[in-house]
Amino acid sequence: MIANKVVLRFASSLVGQPIIYHLVKEYDLVINILKADINPHQEGYVVLELSGDSENYNRGLKYLRDIGVEIEPLSGTIAWNRDRCLQCGACTSFCPVGALQLARPEMEVRFDESKCIVCKSCLDVCMARAVEVRF
Amino acid sequence: MQLCENLFFQKGFNFLLFTDTGQENRGGAFMAIEKTYEEINARIKKGEAVVVTAEEIIGIVAEKGVEQAAREVDVVTTGTFGTMCSSGVFLNFGHTKPRIKMNRVYLNGVPAYGGIAAVDAYLGATALPESDPENRVYPGRFLYGGGHVIEDLVAGKPVKLEATGYGTDCYPRRRIETWITLADINDAILFNPRNAYQNYSVAVNLSNRTIYTYMGVLKPNLGNASFSTSGQLSPLLNDPYYKTIGVGTRIFLGGGIGYVAWHGTQHNPCVPRGENGVPLTGAGTLALIGDLKQMKPEWLRGTSFIGYGASLAVGVGIPIPILNEEILLYTAVKDEDLYAPIQDYSSDYPNREASNLGRVSYAELRSGKITVMGREVPTTPLSSYQKAREIAEILKGWIKSGSFLLTEPVQPLPSVDSGIVLKGLEEKKNNG
Repeated sequence: MIANKVVLRFASSLVGQPIIYHLVKEYDLVINILKADINPHQEGYVVLELSGDSENYNRGLKYLRDIGVEIEPLSGTIAWNRDRCLQCGACTSFCPVGALQLARPEMEVRFDESKCIVCKSCLDVCMARAVEVRF
Repeated sequence: MQLCENLFFQKGFNFLLFTDTGQENRGGAFMAIEKTYEEINARIKKGEAVVVTAEEIIGIVAEKGVEQAAREVDVVTTGTFGTMCSSGVFLNFGHTKPRIKMNRVYLNGVPAYGGIAAVDAYLGATALPESDPENRVYPGRFLYGGGHVIEDLVAGKPVKLEATGYGTDCYPRRRIETWITLADINDAILFNPRNAYQNYSVAVNLSNRTIYTYMGVLKPNLGNASFSTSGQLSPLLNDPYYKTIGVGTRIFLGGGIGYVAWHGTQHNPCVPRGENGVPLTGAGTLALIGDLKQMKPEWLRGTSFIGYGASLAVGVGIPIPILNEEILLYTAVKDEDLYAPIQDYSSDYPNREASNLGRVSYAELRSGKITVMGREVPTTPLSSYQKAREIAEILKGWIKSGSFLLTEPVQPLPSVDSGIVLKGLEEKKNNG
């Protein structure tokens, strides 16, 4: 059994293909999509948790590589700069895993790095630019 | 004023309160408590003033009752810390040798308005460098604008000044490029034409795409609801009829001392109000002024709203003197009793269409979830409640230490009897 968080990057030619479907149907992988987006140039990326038995996992990854999907392990960490933080709490309503949380009744923003999946949802919604990705 | 007030008292607190004419009403249980600014200031100078925050007063009134609380408490401090776009700073750079009449002025590449005297300029919080891609690559990032220059100045950082002039007999120089710091220049006067909005809409997005607004990122299909207020701590929500906050009121502004200069632009007091007198939509606003040189970068922070623009987060704290029970009762307002209207920002707001998807209380908003059109929606706060609380505490400390005296307004702000009607701008084909 292997379980990993990975980032898949697609060229525009691949965006229309049901890649996730194949991973589930043909390789019996369990998939949890953490984040996905397609940019104006029709290139896409997906951050997902991928798990399955090791043979299926490796065959699945090979399938992805063969059709031209770039695979990277989820790397980098989110750094929250307490001094830059305005303590508004806007980010906390975008964080899908509760890593950034507004503690009540203190109404204080807190960051629990161990919960963070580096989905980067917090980056653009922070008016103070107090969160950044570090590699 | 009297008409609205009477309505308010009939509906609301007439069993608890005295009217502003000092007449005891039919409840009649309380002695009239009247304090003057002079009496309160005398107590502040002696270090005897009882000062509490607008959050603390809620529990005090619940515990001791209105009369005793009004007798004991002299000042209630309020606070708010959020992005306030209508903000900026007047600067005087000092004269160059030979002299220049600055026509175009840039600070760290951000244009300031030079259409005033030779070496004066006004830098607005939302100004952007001409090289900023804005929303050409949508949504734009707006990482550096006027608000960020103001933060850098207050932080004491060197800021690049570039200015050009067309040359006159008295101002022959045509160009200057130099570095300034806040300490170097003659004057830096923060003057914010509209701050501290009394109540504000809750923003939602009914469309099926993400939108980028001054109310933050709004996810499609009612994905979130953003709001910007410190609620029960907010200055004008604690003085709904502007009975103590007026022209000349001394305040906490950007970490230093400032003053209420005037009512703010779009000041709109004649909107519907709840039984507690508090407006149910955006209403009053304040124009604020203060010396930037004594402010702190912690309380004047450049902000970037993706897809919208750059701006400035401003810390404002206003003391409310407890002159009588009525004023005390206003300050005891709770988030549960403050309501904001919900507006759609995908279509209704941009098209200036009426939009009311109902009202929610600030207690619900602050809980993290509200219900809109029958659906549970997470809330996105844009103003810091924690920092608002900190401002109210700092101001409390200043007053308790005797270093900050209260000022009686030299002129009240227009209130419910002003007849003000907020106008839109209509397109006309000719000037007839």
